[in-house]
Amino acid sequence: MSILVIAEHDNSSLKQATLNVVAAAKAIGGDIDVLVAGENCGAVAESAAKAEGVNKVLVADNAVYGHFLAENLAELVAEVGKNYSHILAAAGTTGKDFMPRVAAMLDVAQVSDIIRVESEDTFVRPIYAGNAIATVKSSDSIKVITVRPTAFDPVAAEGGSAAVEALDIVKDAGLSSFVGEQKAESDRPDLASASVVISGGRGMQNGENFKMLERVADLLGAAVGASRAAVDAGFVPNDMQVGQTGKIVAPQLYIAVGISGAIQHLAGMSDSKVIVAINKDEEAPIFQVADYGLVADLFEAVPQFEEELKKVL
Amino acid sequence: MKVLVAVKRVIDYNVKVRVKPDNTGVDLANVKMAMNPFCEIAVEEAVRLKEKGVASEIVVVSIGPKAAQEQIRTALALGADRGILIETDEEVQSLEAAKLLKAVVEKEEPKLVILGKQAIDSDNNQTGQMLAALTGMGQGTFASEVVVDGDNVQVTREVDGGLVTVALNLPAVVTTDLRLNEPRYASLPNIMKAKKKPLDTLSPADLGVDIAPRLTTLKVEAPAPRQAGVKVADVAELVDKLKNEAKVI
Ligand SMILES: Cc1cc2nc3c(=O)[nH]c(=O)nc-3n(C[C@H](O)[C@H](O)[C@H](O)COP(=O)(O)OP(=O)(O)OC[C@H]3O[C@@H](n4cnc5c(N)ncnc54)[C@H](O)[C@@H]3O)c2cc1C
Repeated sequence: MSILVIAEHDNSSLKQATLNVVAAAKAIGGDIDVLVAGENCGAVAESAAKAEGVNKVLVADNAVYGHFLAENLAELVAEVGKNYSHILAAAGTTGKDFMPRVAAMLDVAQVSDIIRVESEDTFVRPIYAGNAIATVKSSDSIKVITVRPTAFDPVAAEGGSAAVEALDIVKDAGLSSFVGEQKAESDRPDLASASVVISGGRGMQNGENFKMLERVADLLGAAVGASRAAVDAGFVPNDMQVGQTGKIVAPQLYIAVGISGAIQHLAGMSDSKVIVAINKDEEAPIFQVADYGLVADLFEAVPQFEEELKKVL
Repeated sequence: MKVLVAVKRVIDYNVKVRVKPDNTGVDLANVKMAMNPFCEIAVEEAVRLKEKGVASEIVVVSIGPKAAQEQIRTALALGADRGILIETDEEVQSLEAAKLLKAVVEKEEPKLVILGKQAIDSDNNQTGQMLAALTGMGQGTFASEVVVDGDNVQVTREVDGGLVTVALNLPAVVTTDLRLNEPRYASLPNIMKAKKKPLDTLSPADLGVDIAPRLTTLKVEAPAPRQAGVKVADVAELVDKLKNEAKVI
């Protein structure tokens, strides 16, 4: 077996999710190559080469891949990937965009968002917003798979010494072009991989009040997330949404503030190790999944929490 | 221009899903079904394009059992012009759904195809991208804004790091995210009018598509339940528990 892992990166650094996907590849077994497609992404390839368990790093460095346009990436991945038994990528917005396109080009099914590997052709994945867990077997010759990063412990980032090979494959599908982007800038850890996450919901009332959560986040080295209601109301940007259709997080500690606990929200955070809920409604469903529940008005409890943390940290 | 919208009949998002005791799937008997929420957003976007004079005709297509006519009628009541049901009682997976939709695209030749980004049953998030690949179109996935401009559509996409805007040649495929729009409710007169709008039924065989699934579901289980937790009396107790019991701070 030979597995091609598509690296997730931003042209300058390798995203940790790639190390989680390599771990999933190891669980399948076989030689693992990593494909880095981007523009001026040499540093990313070097990091990928150091990751534990990587056999070879293939680099397609060209402007046509610079913005990760699915149309161009899919042509590249389908061509390189057709010689492998498995093609894996993280189930982030980039992988979700180009991987089904790859699968269709290869005329194979895709197995989305796997959380466990049972064997080389059998995988476990959540369906119905995580309310059911399906075990599925693929009969296709090439398995195209997206991996839920939080479900696999990452391989070591250092220690490997894979060969790096440049690919001279330039695929411009000519269907799409990049116009612009609005990137959220933050010094806090990445939501998807942070070990502590504090999220606010509709109960926060406005974006200004999220500053209370940010202060706690800074004390704990946490990322700040949100419910869909908080995003829809315009309190915070879309990339902070946790849930079935937002980001999936599984930190050591998840603190839900003013969030009721709808199943679509739980789908994104219920694999967290410890869950804390602060909500003034003692009937709120979030308390059914919380290890520690505090029934309180968040506008009193959060500032107190900040003060108490300062005492013990 | 003609817009094709694909809609899926799924379990209503408010229903608590239960796994069948024999672990073959989830229990759909006597459960409320509805249009997939992302598909409602797709229909709404098409209707808004028509109201702006950008779209001239909206064709809505669904793949599923006879009862999926209800979801097509809902779309017709919201403003779509005619419907196509590709009727089958078999399970249709994403790749096969994309192949069926490709056959419809070849017949209808729409300029824009709008789908939901994922169905809340399988949570696959694949069909739109697969359809785009099979028809050689560009794709604007997870859209939060769609602006048609001549031969081109600009799609603002919700991505992990924020928002990205791409320009696609038409025809193109767009898949909707939650913030693209807020779907309207159908009015009673429009529901009545929708009953008279044309709805054709085809079979996968009519379209020459083999829908045999490539993935076999071996079992479906309920997720491991979380241990019930405790309520703490105050913030001081919370911090104490986090530090000394859970040891996470
Ligand atoms: C297709 C689909 C996909 C979805 N995907 C997602 C998703 O990915 N992520 C997601 O989060 N949601 C998602 N949703 C929405 C979800 O169903 C809920 O509507 C949403 O999670 C509710 O957000 P909330 O808990 O912040 O708001 P609410 O349900 O309104 O809860 C607010 C809570 O704040 C509490 N509160 C208010 N004031 C205070 C106060 N002063 N002190 C303490 N507590 C207070 C209230 O008691 C209440 O429990 C999706 C819905 C659909 C249909």
